[in-house]
Amino acid sequence: MPEAAPLLYIENLHARIEDKQILNGVNLTVNLGEVHALMGPNGSGKSTLSNVLMGHPKYIVTAGRVLLEGEDLLEMSADERARKGVFLAFQAPMSIPGVPVVSFLRTAMKSVRGVDVPIREFRKELRAQMSALQMNDQFISRYVNEGFSGGEKKRFEILQMAMLQPRLIVMDEIDSGLDIDAIRVVSEGVNRLVGPERGVLAITHYQRLLDYITPDHVHVLVGGRIVRSGGKELAHELEAEGYDRIIKETQPEEVPA
Amino acid sequence: MSSTDVNVSDEYQYGFSDPEQFVFKSRRGLDIEVVRDISRMKNEPEWMTEFRVKALGYFDKRPMPAWLANPALDDLDFENIFYYLRSTEKQATDWNDVPDDIKNTFDRLGIPDAERKFLAGVTAQYESEVVYHSIRADLEKLGVVFTDMDTGLREYPDIVKKYFGTIIPPNDNKFAALNSAVWSGGSFVWIPAGVRVEIPLQAYFRINAENMGQFERTLIIAEPGSFIHYIEGCTAPTYSSDSLHSAVVELIALEGAHIRYTTIQNWSKNVYNLVTKRAVAHKNATVEWVDGNLGSKLTVKYPAIYLVGEGARGEVLSVAFAGKDQHQDAGAKIIHAAPNTTSTITSKSISKDGGRTTYRGLLKVYEGCEGVKSNVRCDALLLDDQSRSDTYPTMEIDENNVEIGHEASVSKVGEEQLFYLMSRGLTEEEATMMIVNGFFEPFTKELPMEYAVELNRLLAVEMEGSIG
Repeated sequence: MPEAAPLLYIENLHARIEDKQILNGVNLTVNLGEVHALMGPNGSGKSTLSNVLMGHPKYIVTAGRVLLEGEDLLEMSADERARKGVFLAFQAPMSIPGVPVVSFLRTAMKSVRGVDVPIREFRKELRAQMSALQMNDQFISRYVNEGFSGGEKKRFEILQMAMLQPRLIVMDEIDSGLDIDAIRVVSEGVNRLVGPERGVLAITHYQRLLDYITPDHVHVLVGGRIVRSGGKELAHELEAEGYDRIIKETQPEEVPA
Repeated sequence: MSSTDVNVSDEYQYGFSDPEQFVFKSRRGLDIEVVRDISRMKNEPEWMTEFRVKALGYFDKRPMPAWLANPALDDLDFENIFYYLRSTEKQATDWNDVPDDIKNTFDRLGIPDAERKFLAGVTAQYESEVVYHSIRADLEKLGVVFTDMDTGLREYPDIVKKYFGTIIPPNDNKFAALNSAVWSGGSFVWIPAGVRVEIPLQAYFRINAENMGQFERTLIIAEPGSFIHYIEGCTAPTYSSDSLHSAVVELIALEGAHIRYTTIQNWSKNVYNLVTKRAVAHKNATVEWVDGNLGSKLTVKYPAIYLVGEGARGEVLSVAFAGKDQHQDAGAKIIHAAPNTTSTITSKSISKDGGRTTYRGLLKVYEGCEGVKSNVRCDALLLDDQSRSDTYPTMEIDENNVEIGHEASVSKVGEEQLFYLMSRGLTEEEATMMIVNGFFEPFTKELPMEYAVELNRLLAVEMEGSIG
């Protein structure tokens, strides 16, 4: 691969779910070391974009391309993408009854890293990450997301992220349903992962997450396309004025391709 | 186990067979002469011969159970079955004394190895007779009896006569009648009062010959305050025509005793498995059936517990897996016949590739049995649209002062669950396997570790290549 290939390159991405066209030409580039925030009102296509990036079979890409460090991401199944270093922190992660957190994590690590991590090393790493996220030891024997509170689910997503050490982190409304304390713990977990070896795309409805996770770039998604991009000041502007003005400004656009 | 002679990619790993050898084999089919021959050969007391003959009469008279309404039973030809086959002259207590072919079979099944590592005693039944049996010397010293049923009848006639056929009378149902007529082998276990056997005893049942009928008979008596964990496993070769396994198992837990009976049934898919299992729990006694059904063409089995003494506790925890051309018709029966008795039924079933699972349950509380608590839970998981699951729970509650809970669910492996696991790097097959293992977890966690590992491995074999 040429050295210059960006971590994530999205070009003219169109996607639908069932008969509903949702993404109408998204263009976005995320480089290693960068944190991007993608903001937008409800129904703008934020969750669709995250699902398309992870490869959810229900979402059909109708045009455009997505490259991960130069490789065609859309050709890959969800598990292949995970093994290539894509991680999606879910807004509403599924519970898997009867599967203990610890064996789930170990299997995921083995799958993503391609080698079995020795159990002692694994435990040590797990313990360190859990204490950083203020999670107690009993957590590991609970079943995946079964009976977890909203905050526990989000922490567990961050824990997985920390253990799997992905290249591209996509977070779908990781702040939804969290109180300020939980947002802080979760954000600190994310911030520990930010660095030159990975890139972050944080999808959020509200600006408040960006008080804790500082983006290098902010994009506004409306009607399935990015209508504005800017620095972190754009988030503050949105906070002050809401989405309405941007929606109005960008409404009279040409018909999507 | 040598890796060269076991083809692990086979769907059913234990489908190999040995050349058939026998010192006595009855002719095909069943009549009074066959029954008398079996009894004569075993040198049985008169009462047992009579017991058998009477049972044959019940078997002949009873129609196939109409409520089963199972077309698979139409293919079962009782006249095509061999009812008795003795492969070796004597029973060994040392594996080296077991004929080579048979010993090799049990080696391949891992029995001697398991015995060395984590069992307190083993009986191994091959066709109609137990060919090997052993029990740890320290348990024998404590007076624990663990032997085959035929030896039990010879050496402990009083105990056997007192209990044999009392929990499951010969005319209980057609298959119990059949077993009562032609039974051979099985285990006889007697645990003296207050003795706790903390390490499991295991019986292993192997059918080798084609069109064979295996009719083992097991009787376990736990005297007051004793504890026993008994495990049984079973396999058979894969043949194009059917074999029949029809066991009767009777458990008696006297005051304060505790019996746990664990089954991992993994018959090949040409075996009819029609089994009657029933237990009686006296005052403050506990009986647990931990029942795993993976193999067979058709299994019909509803482990039962009669809670006859105050404070008795019963639990049936069962899983069933039905693949292509398989039907697991399983369930549980719990009868509360004394006050302040408690019970739990947990049934989990998985169907795939057109396989079928049925849950049939009975929960009965007699009038006057105050303070009864019971919880019933049945969950079915369907892995595709061709598979099927039916639930027939029956409740007869004739007492008001009771606490009864009942939950049932049927679910399919969800696309969102699969996507979540795949987004963490698991292939679709691995993700499905993880969901399946999780679904069976309440069962698996009750097994000794070695068996839990084995069960998960068997499930993995069943699941292999099933994801389209």
